[in-house]
Amino acid sequence: MNPRKYLKVYKKFLHTSFASELEYKTNILIDLITAILSLIGSIFLLSIFFQNNVSIGDWEFEEALIIQGIYTILNGITNTWFNPNLSEIVKHVREGTLDFVLLKPIDSQFFISLKKINPSGFLEIMLGLCLLLFCIKINQINLNLSFLSLSLITVTCSICILYSLWFFISTTTIWFVKTWNATEVLRSFLYVGRFPLNSFSFSLRIFFSVFIPIAFITTIPSEVFLGLSQSWKILLEIIVALVFLITSRKFWLFALKFYSSASS
Amino acid sequence: MVKNIINVENLSKSFDVSSKEPGLKGTIKHFFIRKTKSLKVIKDISFEIKEGEIVGFLGANGAGKTTILKMLCGLIYPSKGSILVSGYSPFRRKENFLKKITLIMGQKQQLIWDLPPIESFYLNASIYDLDKFEAKRRIKKLSDMLEIDDELYIPVRKLSLGQRMKSELLAALIHEPNILFLDEPTLGLDINAQRNLRKFLKKYNKETNATICLTSHYMKDITSLCKRVICVHNGSISYDGELDLLLKKLSPVKEILIVFRSDEDALKLENYGFTIKNKIKNEITINVENNSITSSLKTIFNNFDIEDIYINEPPIDEVIGKILIKKNI
Repeated sequence: MNPRKYLKVYKKFLHTSFASELEYKTNILIDLITAILSLIGSIFLLSIFFQNNVSIGDWEFEEALIIQGIYTILNGITNTWFNPNLSEIVKHVREGTLDFVLLKPIDSQFFISLKKINPSGFLEIMLGLCLLLFCIKINQINLNLSFLSLSLITVTCSICILYSLWFFISTTTIWFVKTWNATEVLRSFLYVGRFPLNSFSFSLRIFFSVFIPIAFITTIPSEVFLGLSQSWKILLEIIVALVFLITSRKFWLFALKFYSSASS
Repeated sequence: MVKNIINVENLSKSFDVSSKEPGLKGTIKHFFIRKTKSLKVIKDISFEIKEGEIVGFLGANGAGKTTILKMLCGLIYPSKGSILVSGYSPFRRKENFLKKITLIMGQKQQLIWDLPPIESFYLNASIYDLDKFEAKRRIKKLSDMLEIDDELYIPVRKLSLGQRMKSELLAALIHEPNILFLDEPTLGLDINAQRNLRKFLKKYNKETNATICLTSHYMKDITSLCKRVICVHNGSISYDGELDLLLKKLSPVKEILIVFRSDEDALKLENYGFTIKNKIKNEITINVENNSITSSLKTIFNNFDIEDIYINEPPIDEVIGKILIKKNI
């Protein structure tokens, strides 16, 4: 693998995606407005939950806003990269255009995971970052190197887990052809990530930690922000992220052996 | 001696297919219990293709032509047998192998829909690790050969099918592959666009000595490009050889239409051993075997007063139609 080549190709991906999106100005504008309204709506919903309670699952409103901030960043990443690319896998398999991807002298997972970009997702990432900065201020969090590096590690792990989950589901398309519903279910589960894990019952907590690791995606990075997280949890998140990444990669390579291409 | 670039030995491929009974009951049954059966779509085929050859794959819909092409370029894993393309096992899809081949499908496109083709060309160039200057040189060379220029800067969605196909070809050939797999490349194109595409492929083959494997339902594509054809019938090879020989074999007679100056001469023709196929006044149609055309014409010109004469080849589509339904040729 030649990293220079991959960087060059990725630059081209960015260029062509931006150029494609900019062909439709109104669509970009609508996407941007949707992102802002969605964040306002989410904060409003959260404030309703906290109206009659000082805390939910030991989390106060100001602290819960951190989860919302991380969720907004992850949702922005989902909308920028995962949604435009991973949803296309279904289309590639159904229409047989995966043929073109597989015949290129480049890693097929790299190609289908990063070819497109939705620029309006960037705004969500920016909004999430702004919300996090606001939370740092109101929660009087002390910014230092270990805090920043731990936050970065846990958020990166969250992105890896989210990507792997989505990619894993999309890969099953090779057998089942249509799996749009499954990715939609995953997206709905992600909404759960806007609330602290402690606010759910014990059985749901187990479900969201073991089967669909939402807990790892938003709650652990938020705990790092508040200095509540224990090192074993961070280590566990790193291990989970690695296991998910490796498994999704192996699963993709395994699935390709069963690819039968679409008829002409 | 020209070396083989493609070697296929005892190749077979089976797919699991599910069948559904008609009606609501059948649909519900199909939803819960899916009955699948293994369908052998390619049955123990072997062939070799030499470097620089243009080979046409002929067969009815569903005969297995596209499956063979897809196995040759490494998209589908064979169930049995071996394939070697340019010394590589295609399904491993090694980078060096992928740089040598290309697949062009008439009904599928790889160009970015909302952008001008030139953007897709540069994207492909970066994937094939070409620098900007080399990419520019190749785009110029191929666009000259394909006779496209302004179209390179117009969004793909606004191009005609013919212009789009030319751009698809350019995108697929930017890495200068030496093996081309073409699956119905002229599908849906008008007569002029088809002719231009054939002209380009001939030129590309001549200039680069590239090997071309082609499937097409347009017989003109086959007759003007391919010296050799491989006929596929129900997943087996029913004929592998020269197209001319096949046509002669399947159509051993030519049709001769003779216009006599008088009706009397027309009546006397039977006395010389010709079997009359059709007669309208002084116009008579006879069938003559290919190997006796010269002697038959000599007899006719020496003994009759002829106003006009036409020698007709049987329609190629009719002959090829016979190939598609024959198990053994």
